[in-house]
Amino acid sequence: MTEQLIMLGLILAKLGLIFIVILTLAAYLVLAERKILARMQLRYGPNRVGPFGMLQPLSDLIKLLTKEDFLPAAADKWLFLIAPGLSALTALLTFAVIPFGPPLEIFGRTLPLVVIDLNIGLLYFLGLSSLAVYGMALGGWASNSKYALLGSIRGLSQLISYELSMGLAVVPVVMMARSFSLTEIVMAQAEIPYALLNPPAFLIFLISIVAESKRIPFDMPEAENELVAGFHTEYSGMRFGLFFVGEYINLIILGSMLTVLFLGGWHGPWLPGVVWFSLKVLAVCFFFIWVRASLPRLRYDQLMHFGWKVLLPLALLNALVTGAILLWIGQ
Amino acid sequence: MATWMFYILGAITVVATLLAITQRNPVHAVIYLVNSFFALALLFFLLGAPLVAAWEVIIYAGAIMVLFLFIIMMLEIAPGVEADRYGPNWLQWLPILLLAAALGICTLLLTGLDPVGSNGVPHWYASPRDFGYALFKEYALAIEVVSFQLLFAAVGAFYVGRPERKSKSPAGGDR
Amino acid sequence: MHLYRDLRGTLQPFWVTLRNMFRKPVTVQYPEQRQQVAERYRARLILTRDPDGEERCVACHLCSAACPVDCISMQATVAEDGRRYAAWFRINFSRCIFCGLCTEACPTLAIQVTGDFELAGRDPLKLVYEKEDLLVDHCGQEPDYNFYRQAGIAVAAPRGGNPTESAPEDPKSLLP
Ligand code: SF4
Ligand code: SF4
Repeated sequence: MTEQLIMLGLILAKLGLIFIVILTLAAYLVLAERKILARMQLRYGPNRVGPFGMLQPLSDLIKLLTKEDFLPAAADKWLFLIAPGLSALTALLTFAVIPFGPPLEIFGRTLPLVVIDLNIGLLYFLGLSSLAVYGMALGGWASNSKYALLGSIRGLSQLISYELSMGLAVVPVVMMARSFSLTEIVMAQAEIPYALLNPPAFLIFLISIVAESKRIPFDMPEAENELVAGFHTEYSGMRFGLFFVGEYINLIILGSMLTVLFLGGWHGPWLPGVVWFSLKVLAVCFFFIWVRASLPRLRYDQLMHFGWKVLLPLALLNALVTGAILLWIGQ
Repeated sequence: MATWMFYILGAITVVATLLAITQRNPVHAVIYLVNSFFALALLFFLLGAPLVAAWEVIIYAGAIMVLFLFIIMMLEIAPGVEADRYGPNWLQWLPILLLAAALGICTLLLTGLDPVGSNGVPHWYASPRDFGYALFKEYALAIEVVSFQLLFAAVGAFYVGRPERKSKSPAGGDR
Repeated sequence: MHLYRDLRGTLQPFWVTLRNMFRKPVTVQYPEQRQQVAERYRARLILTRDPDGEERCVACHLCSAACPVDCISMQATVAEDGRRYAAWFRINFSRCIFCGLCTEACPTLAIQVTGDFELAGRDPLKLVYEKEDLLVDHCGQEPDYNFYRQAGIAVAAPRGGNPTESAPEDPKSLLP
């Protein structure tokens, strides 16, 4: 029993640590994004609050908390109120299965650096990422506004379409690692990361997660210049903040998944595993920001066309070819 | 412990499904249905089939219900504007809150305390690998039949949804 | 060929943004650094005086008629010597869009723009400027122009007696 209690305590401690780290990271990711975007456009970005604008997230938080929490009269009240929470929660929960370092040895017991090492960790991620749609869809529907509704309808169809190619791009990884457990997938990449072993899968997954993150060039659900702000048009104050933070947590999660599945997780020379992992995740986040600075938004039909007629067949073909090669090698 | 969990989860499934049937608002019905799928997934997990549990969430809750939502939104079924007062109707909140809370506690207990067995692996536990072998070796024929059905459905959908020919001239137009 | 074009179009922007990231930003850090505004910059309006030190404005209402947002209002009166002037003159700068149309309309060049753009404030009512706030004691951008040297007050100077005028035609004469 004491053994179990210690395990539970450790899990809770890891949870708390991750919670704090992720939220801080998300807040500073917002700042980093604003700064990097600004530099790419020959501006400075926020640099007034604190040295180099380092306290900007704090002041944003205060602003969001003290703003009016507006509730439209014709909204579906309880759905409207829980939707932002849903979207932030699904993003946060995903981090439970992501291994961010090699198992530690403390006091003779091994401490795996992952909250719970589910043997279906990959499916857990896919499940939660498909549930992440709900926050957006319900929020947009409950607002009872046409912009919000259009935004969430677009978002629904976009996320469903790109989830398919994302799931299919992961299939070769599972076949190569012979496991659904994320820890084992990382272990299998000790020598060579799957990004080099199977570049098509890597590229398909990369494009799909950019689409999953609902960011430029795939920001159809928000599309400022057509839909005001898309699904969160009617939201204000901290409820909008939750959507916003959820988006950035999602960014970190997707970056970690890319790292775990294709970039070799915590493996890397000289530095400790956790550092390598964070570096890789941050690099992926930088890539996301870079994409945002560089590419224009796709049109809606182009987006659907690309997802269903290009990415999906490619992913299927890739799964087939990888399977055939693996069979051939395995004999 | 496992038996208790089974009954609690079963009750949640039944209650959520009942609420899903009786709701007037289609979107609320979808929420309750998703809730019941969650409870079902946890039941599968409890019975030692994590793969089926994951599929229940990914396919049913994550894809099929999303399609339902999509269609409901497209059909524009008006949600029936409630009395305009600030704040939600607490009676409306109550069932979903209770169900979600019960589900959350069950999930924590399941993953944290591992009630299934002392080392978490009951003898009827089906790892993804065993499951895959069973599916594609013993039941290969059934799988093939089902996948053919899906293929037919897909081809049928393509046929129904194909772009209509604009001109009915024998040359077929010169597009 | 389309594929090549599309790929290039997708990849090239990445290089452009990356290159720009390491260039020096062009932003002017406003409260510390100030940009020299252009000479003809349109910002806060003033009412100028003529070289004699008299108000130029004759309260003709042309500026308020020209103003697209209707933010100028005034009351015209006549002084004892027959000279028109504004009893009060008000510009609401929280409405003004600094289009400069009023200055185009003004026949006496009384209302003029300046380069002072720092009009922000917390209380919009403080941005309602009265005549005392608007009137300055210089000639603005037209130091030599004196409307009354051209037009005169009522009939105080006989017609044709002003500096650039010639004597009026005598319509009854047959001489060319
Ligand atoms: S600058 Fe334009 S808006 Fe402002 S007072 Fe003159 S005419 Fe009106
Ligand atoms: S400022 Fe100029 S246009 Fe306006 S009332 Fe005075 S003289 Fe007329």
